[in-house]
Amino acid sequence: MNSDCVVVMGSNMAECHPVAFQWVVESQRRGGKLVHVDPRFTRTSALADLHIPLRAGSDIAFLGGLIHYVLENHRYFRDYMVNYTNAATIIDEHFLDTEDLDGFFSGWNPDQGMYENRTWQYRGGSVWAAAGQRTAPPPQGEGVVVAGEVPFEDPSLEDPHCVFQLLRRHFSRYTEEMVERACGVPAAQFRRVAELICDSSGQERTTCFVYAVGWTQHTVGVQYIRTAAILQLLLGNMGRPGGGILALRGHANIQGATDIATLFDVLPGYLPMPMAQDATDLDGFCRPHGGAAGGYWGNLKAYLVSLLKAYWGDAATADNQFAFNYLPRLTGDHSTYQSTLGMVDGTVNGFFVLGENPAVGSAHGTLHRRGLRNLDWLVVRDLYEIETASFWRDSPEVAAGEVRSEEIGTEVFLLPAAAHTEKDGSFTNTQRLLQWHERAVDPAGDRRSELWFAYWLGRRIREKLEGRQLERDRPLLDLTWDYPLEGEQQEPRAEAVLREISGVAADGSPLPGLGALRDDGSTSSGTWIYCGAFAGGQNQTARRRPHWEQSWVAPEWGWAWPMNRRVLYNRASADPSGQPWSERKRYLAWDPELGRWTGPDVPDFPVDRAPTYQPPPGASAENSLPGDRPFVMQADGRGWLFAPSGLLDGPLPTHYEPQESPTHNPLYEQEANPARQLFRRPDNPYHPTAGDEGADRFPFVMTTYRLTEHHTAGGMSRFLARLSQLQPEMFCEVSPELAELRQLRHGGWATIVTARASIEARVLVTARLTPLRVQGQQVHQVGLPYHWGSRGLVRGDSANDLFPLVLDPNVHIQEVKAATCDVRPGRRADQVPS
Amino acid sequence: MPFEARRWPVWRQITGRDLLGLGGTSTSTLTEGRTARTASADRVATSICPYCAVGCGQLVYVRQGEVTQIEGDPASPLSRGRLCPKGAASRELVNSPLRELKVKYRRPHGTSWEEISLDSAMDMIADRVIATRDATFEEVDQLGRPLRRTMGIASLGGATIDNEENYLWRKLMVGLGVVQVENQARI
Repeated sequence: MNSDCVVVMGSNMAECHPVAFQWVVESQRRGGKLVHVDPRFTRTSALADLHIPLRAGSDIAFLGGLIHYVLENHRYFRDYMVNYTNAATIIDEHFLDTEDLDGFFSGWNPDQGMYENRTWQYRGGSVWAAAGQRTAPPPQGEGVVVAGEVPFEDPSLEDPHCVFQLLRRHFSRYTEEMVERACGVPAAQFRRVAELICDSSGQERTTCFVYAVGWTQHTVGVQYIRTAAILQLLLGNMGRPGGGILALRGHANIQGATDIATLFDVLPGYLPMPMAQDATDLDGFCRPHGGAAGGYWGNLKAYLVSLLKAYWGDAATADNQFAFNYLPRLTGDHSTYQSTLGMVDGTVNGFFVLGENPAVGSAHGTLHRRGLRNLDWLVVRDLYEIETASFWRDSPEVAAGEVRSEEIGTEVFLLPAAAHTEKDGSFTNTQRLLQWHERAVDPAGDRRSELWFAYWLGRRIREKLEGRQLERDRPLLDLTWDYPLEGEQQEPRAEAVLREISGVAADGSPLPGLGALRDDGSTSSGTWIYCGAFAGGQNQTARRRPHWEQSWVAPEWGWAWPMNRRVLYNRASADPSGQPWSERKRYLAWDPELGRWTGPDVPDFPVDRAPTYQPPPGASAENSLPGDRPFVMQADGRGWLFAPSGLLDGPLPTHYEPQESPTHNPLYEQEANPARQLFRRPDNPYHPTAGDEGADRFPFVMTTYRLTEHHTAGGMSRFLARLSQLQPEMFCEVSPELAELRQLRHGGWATIVTARASIEARVLVTARLTPLRVQGQQVHQVGLPYHWGSRGLVRGDSANDLFPLVLDPNVHIQEVKAATCDVRPGRRADQVPS
Repeated sequence: MPFEARRWPVWRQITGRDLLGLGGTSTSTLTEGRTARTASADRVATSICPYCAVGCGQLVYVRQGEVTQIEGDPASPLSRGRLCPKGAASRELVNSPLRELKVKYRRPHGTSWEEISLDSAMDMIADRVIATRDATFEEVDQLGRPLRRTMGIASLGGATIDNEENYLWRKLMVGLGVVQVENQARI
């Protein structure tokens, strides 16, 4: 709404998040511009001032081009950049760039297939990442930037080893000609976008970037976001109204589920899960994971001890290191795709699926279904009988006669789940806002909430194990597991769980916020970033004061983590002296008379922290950062243009080709991200690299996407009559040129072929997809919605069956936004290839 | 002209001042006698749309223990009363006759679903968890470092359920030593 320019990239916001898109339209009404950069022309493009079609998988080249433009034309917001980012910080002189090593950074270990990041460190020390790759070894430098230390800096930005100069050099070849070669975007079009973004950024104006999984589902997905972050930091668009980078998430509680945390490598609040090689003493664990660093992560131990107290209550004592060694240990990547391979290989025998449909929604569905067939037992909890529950009787493999039901030994439990109207609880939306939903009616029959299931399953297992006195059962039996039960179904009280998450003091009184957390066991909080969600004994997430009764920031609607803060790093909305950069973009300001920050939001730091504050010797955590450092989660309080740690595939984003690409990397000899996770095994074949023998069998680029009327893997939409009527059939979008080339008829059938699977779809011939000139060669793109499966009111082939398993190394996300395929006219021969 | 024909909405549209039928002429004697489901509700629960993460506000209208209507909540600063086609279809999501009501069980090598009670299912699942956990439990790694876990069990899903549910589920999994706990963040 406050943006002067909104750039939507890797998302079709108007169709996939239509209600949020009203705010983009609102910004346009106020004179703002909208740019849509996307392979397909969609309704988002239709409302945009500029639509730029680009080749799927080339966004870093495009964004890198923008960075190059900003740097070489001096369009950066200098005061912001020098003061609030690490532009002036000097990097270790042994650091070598992809420009020096033709697509690699220094520290590459070809035997292990990973980087060692010693040379990426700040001169004079190294720093911890605020978040990110915690399963990687922490930096092993001479020392580490602990609270209060100051790395070497050159505010003139002329030192050849300062981040600013490294950035210039790294992106020196990302010219508009290169953008044209890599992305298929004509230079003149690119220049229009660059000028518009620069004209809409700076002291008086702000630009916002919006993305979705079009940016994340790549083997360099994390670096896509990093590229945008660098650009926004250079332009001064972070922490200010109308700025930022907004992720549009596809599930109601994907943010919350990640925060709190159903992910293998983090504990609630992004605390690192311990690995086998980590120290087994609490202090020895906390320190190398950031516990001694500047910024809020310096309080790691207080956050972790409070979590351990929430988990194990009285059994967590100072004498047993607050039960730190009750936590199980990791030994590597245990993400979902590894579990799938474990099922195929027979090492994973039991599987719970809670409201997800991997048989349709995950890459390489064929492999997933093979894994399901090899389990001992499977528990699926859902509203409907989804494909993941029914694979043994109507999967494509069973339908094709490849496997018979009788041969499948998996024991399957399908448990009906309660809907959102049948239980109390909170969702965290894509802007970190927790919102409570009330139980409107009781669930009927055997339907139960997940809360009920977790509580009662836990209680049953505990009762069965109580008598056997095994040491391995202690972590389970010592869990605090007393929740008030309500009603005929004996439902645990959701607010009691929220109260535990938010946290209490030793006397049981609710904590006001994360500043109250202590490392001595006197506080308990299940998720430190959610601390305060139950402040004052009130469910803060249930607040619903109408928007017309409060400011546009609406602080009394729900509760945003952390501390009900609506714009993160909002210190950056004011200049180093604490005054707004401009009246037009006023947000927070320091009032010297009151001695406090004023404005419509909660500041990132103590409200009375003066802009002139200098940390006294010995200050720790957030108190070690001067009053003009907005990025309070970073050890140095600055926005990282260059990331000395936290990423496994480089401190700067680099354009790499997708695993499967029709062209060579125009920038480096190295084609794809060298650190990507590959699974070379017969059941996961990859297509040959461009130019290699056989590559021409798969000449086209395919990309997947969603439709307004369907939801992800279809479990909540294909069983509904109205939504099914609106989008009844799987289809593929092709350009008129590709239709002619492959003799595809509009409304007829096509078969999309890869080495993993063949699927059929109705043909939609449309000028919304346009062939691009990439390195002198014409590249055709195929668009595929991925909602369909073998069940529901409307059925069709699953697009995800076409894709291989190949993952981003940082977050283990699959590449399904760009791969290669062939398209043939007519229906598939009916058989699913084995 | 008989009285009934003059009451015909199209006739009134043409002869009246409401050519587009956006005003009162779209009503008839029949529709005038009807009450909106929102008006006849016993109570209204506040809710949030269960589809994507925009978090649009919903109002859930309940009559005699049944959800009769779900509308956008105009008070929400995020959505201002609007819902997309999916959010607008959420009454069908919760009321659909295709929704599962009873536990379904498929025995190994079985060719059809069987019905079992929720209580038996819970008991059987608890037994399966204990057996698989015991069979695959790892106390230490090859170097003797503690692991305290099982790699024989995995869990997937969390983005469609509540924070409190995710929290309690992860807590249970940590207690059991199940480390392969994942959600939709990777899709």
